[in-house]
Amino acid sequence: MLQTHDISPEQIERDKLYREMGLSDQEFEMIKDILKRLPNFTETGIFSVMWSEHCSYKTSKPLLRKFPTKASHVLQGPGEGAGIIDIGDNQAVVFKIESHNHPSAVEPYQGAATGVGGIIRDVFSMGARPIASMNSLRFGNLNTDRTKYLFSEVVNGIAGYGNCVGVPTVGGEVQFDDSYEDNPLVNAMCIGLINHDEIQKGIAAGVGNTILYAGPPTGRDGIHGATFASDDLGEDAAKDRPAVQVGDPFMEKLLIEACLEVIHSDALVGMQDMGAAGLTSSASEMASKAGTGLEMNLDLVPQREQHMTAYEMMLSESQERMLLCVKKGREQEIIDIFEKYGLKAVPVGEVIEEKVFRIKHHGEVVADIPVDSLADDAPVFHMPSKEAAYYKEFQKIENTAPFVNDHAEILKQLLQQPTIASKEWVYDQYDSMVQTNTVVTPGSDSAVVRIKGTDKALAITTDCNSRYIYLDPETGGKIAVAEATRNIVCSGAKPLGLTDGLNFGNPTNPEVFWQMEKAVEGMSEACEVLEAPVISGNVSLYNQSKGKSIYPTPIVGMVGLHESLEHITPSFFQKAGDAIYLIGHTKIEFGGSELQNLLDGEYKGKAPAIDLEVEATRQKHLLEAIQSGLIVSAHDLAEGGLAVALAESVFAGKGLGADVHLSGEATVELFSETQSRFIVTVKAEDQARFEKEVKDAKQIGVVTDDQTLSITVNEAAVIQENVNQLEKLWREAIPCLLKSKA
Amino acid sequence: MKFAVIVFPGSNCDRDMYHAVKDVLKTEADLVWYEGSNLENYDGILLPGGFSYGDYLRCGAVASTSDIMKQIKVHAAKGKPVLGVCNGFQILTEAGLLPGALLRNEKLSFMCHQEPLVVENNETIFTAAYDKGEVVHFPIAHGEGNYFCDEETLKELKANNQIVFTYQNNPNGSVEDIAGIMNKQGNVLGMMPHPERAVEQLLGSDDGLRLFQSMIQNWRDMYAANA
Amino acid sequence: MKKVTVYITLKQGVLDPQGKAIQESLNSLGYKEVEEARVGKFIELQVEEGPDLTERVTVMCDKLLANPVIEEYRFDVEEAEAL
Repeated sequence: MLQTHDISPEQIERDKLYREMGLSDQEFEMIKDILKRLPNFTETGIFSVMWSEHCSYKTSKPLLRKFPTKASHVLQGPGEGAGIIDIGDNQAVVFKIESHNHPSAVEPYQGAATGVGGIIRDVFSMGARPIASMNSLRFGNLNTDRTKYLFSEVVNGIAGYGNCVGVPTVGGEVQFDDSYEDNPLVNAMCIGLINHDEIQKGIAAGVGNTILYAGPPTGRDGIHGATFASDDLGEDAAKDRPAVQVGDPFMEKLLIEACLEVIHSDALVGMQDMGAAGLTSSASEMASKAGTGLEMNLDLVPQREQHMTAYEMMLSESQERMLLCVKKGREQEIIDIFEKYGLKAVPVGEVIEEKVFRIKHHGEVVADIPVDSLADDAPVFHMPSKEAAYYKEFQKIENTAPFVNDHAEILKQLLQQPTIASKEWVYDQYDSMVQTNTVVTPGSDSAVVRIKGTDKALAITTDCNSRYIYLDPETGGKIAVAEATRNIVCSGAKPLGLTDGLNFGNPTNPEVFWQMEKAVEGMSEACEVLEAPVISGNVSLYNQSKGKSIYPTPIVGMVGLHESLEHITPSFFQKAGDAIYLIGHTKIEFGGSELQNLLDGEYKGKAPAIDLEVEATRQKHLLEAIQSGLIVSAHDLAEGGLAVALAESVFAGKGLGADVHLSGEATVELFSETQSRFIVTVKAEDQARFEKEVKDAKQIGVVTDDQTLSITVNEAAVIQENVNQLEKLWREAIPCLLKSKA
Repeated sequence: MKFAVIVFPGSNCDRDMYHAVKDVLKTEADLVWYEGSNLENYDGILLPGGFSYGDYLRCGAVASTSDIMKQIKVHAAKGKPVLGVCNGFQILTEAGLLPGALLRNEKLSFMCHQEPLVVENNETIFTAAYDKGEVVHFPIAHGEGNYFCDEETLKELKANNQIVFTYQNNPNGSVEDIAGIMNKQGNVLGMMPHPERAVEQLLGSDDGLRLFQSMIQNWRDMYAANA
Repeated sequence: MKKVTVYITLKQGVLDPQGKAIQESLNSLGYKEVEEARVGKFIELQVEEGPDLTERVTVMCDKLLANPVIEEYRFDVEEAEAL
């Protein structure tokens, strides 16, 4: 471990100590150019965290520029704590997703908990009340003790933090795949609600104004968390344990209430949470955004431990802290509000005209850096890209249907695949109902949260099938966005926009960078066609262990708007006698499918094709049909194809079944994962109107009350199963895997 | 009738309780901060759920020692109604206003879903609008809702008809499936399930409405009798 | 200054599912000899000394630190180390 005492700038250069902090030789030369001298130890630390991928997006920036980020209803695009979208009536929705992968791999409970805490702060620092959380999780297959431990503890950490802080965790998704075995993904999304006139920005404007530090004192938690998060997860990751920060949801709850009271004071100029790279990033970004400079005296910063160095204080990632810019002379008004909640707020610095970030400690200047060099002007690298060799091979493989003898048995096995199986074991541990707005609880295509005092509601979903993206990053990227819009539309809402959680492997590997590039291009095109702008996001790179990158996993977190509560549509069948329709046509598409995984234990071939224009038209017609009251239930077809979707539709404890008749090749009809398909149910009396409104829809059966899932293909019975027995297999699969000995 | 919804640092169902009473039941209510408030002008006290003081040490333990609890004890001694839900129930047991204690759920994990409850006693100011033996659906959301008391206390609870709600499918290991109990006098009710989350059909159940309506009706009857 | 260490455990007879989970986990790791595990709390207090110290700490335990319905406690008193 490096000690800061007595390490001279010359020594940092001579012994290349900057490398241990994650800076390259090239970057160190750039720093020398900017400062026109050698950086000292503290300054080197500050540059290393601010130029990490997590804070600067240095390798992903050229790609992120491709995303469409503007639309008439977007009030705030990427660049602030979270993005904001107008939903009418002077209200807006604020949301963002953020990864906490590497901390969760080392210490899953605290890693996941602080991930939840951090994203909630991003939302309330904008002035919004957090109204819902979601999580997108990826783990290895549930067959090792380590994976079971990671999975249980991550869920435990999300529950422990989220339940206490009083923000409902309304859903999310969990998928399992070997590629995540040592590097799980924990992406947390938070959604907030705000009135237009309450929107805050993280700016330090007005020369002479005071910088206030609010929250608990600074300790030595998570020092270098930001560079740690951007670093290759080595074999000795467990040794990095002290770098993981510890969360206090009770403190966060007090901070939420205090900050939401503070925003009503016109003494407040700007506010930002201290996330990754703590005091360093919040202070320098607030100044850079305002076009000002900032001077801070570390002797004034509340400290939890003794003898902390400037380096430690600047890089500490102690949780639940906020930085505020307050009008000079009016500090006490703000301090009093924090006091009411038992929180300390203290002046630590001021806004200055000269655009520098100047830090004093024990009467000495310990850092003096041009502000913009830490934020906007951080270096950007254009990485080489090379089409992956495996992709060429996969594209040569013809689409064929695998041989299946017993379709009922295969359906049972698919329902027990952890990625398809019920996630009740996960979400039952989350308080999904606090705040009493959750209309659709976890387990449906989208969660739905109503907005009190209005006839509106929000639909929320996270999606990403990384197998498709691995096989074909561009097509897979399109599918990720399309699947999210499908889920929003099925619930009866119109997509408003999305936040992206881009999780990839090592970007210095040209084939990995190619995956990133193609996935972003595919996503961008889908965002354009499906009218879902990107308003915020996060990039997590170097997700790999033992030299192997994870599957490219750009998670889409999407929010949609129900213009009327009457449009809220369940994904489960509701009533016997309703007609079941399949929207869309089924093709032979098994590349990346659950069936391929089940039969071959690997993914290969082509990803399912997607035509975005067809997708957009179908979604438009479906949403119109829902809005005109023609649809009883709607569910999109995803992993496992039509058979799994039908089974899921009868798993709602309503004692229903389905009688379905298909024609074609049984394996293809039942299990192909062709895109842009939906199953909907329609009342008998509405069928004629529905058929006129929704093209591409074909009746395939009726809902029954005999608790049997009955499917014939070409008039031959292929599946004839008791719904309760199927549901039991589906519901008990994950608890059963967790209990079994590895 | 006017309700006080007590807000401790870390309460997080306070606004939900307020919404249920004020917006859904159209009854007067205030959110009352635990410090520097006077409860004299309130007719009923509602202790909402959440994690008061982070539930550090033990759920409800720190809140139970706060000054406002002294006022609540006076209020309760006068026979005025007090309802504690979830963390509110834990606070009431910690404060000694209700017997027993809430332990960690038998399966150790937090759980959140709707549970069917049986109304064991409908001759109370909280449950007069229900039928005895009726099954109602309330959400639960707790990690430490496993009701525990010794044999003697249990005998007493039964003898005095203090068990108000039981679980139909005991989710947490509670003694005798207990979901909610009241004091001997019958004016203090503590329960783990959330009636305030069951006041709108849109959110899955409105079975909780009648609990609040019972309290309000009782107050009106008393008021009329006294007038 | 004295350092008071308070140990709080669940009373015998009160189910301790956490302890049971730990015991089972140890057993499954091969430590078959572990027959019981009980989980408790451990609280360190820095307290000003005085003749009634034991009495004061007892009251603290009864009033707040332990819940007599389910828990029992004991405590040790020793010289506090200099901060």
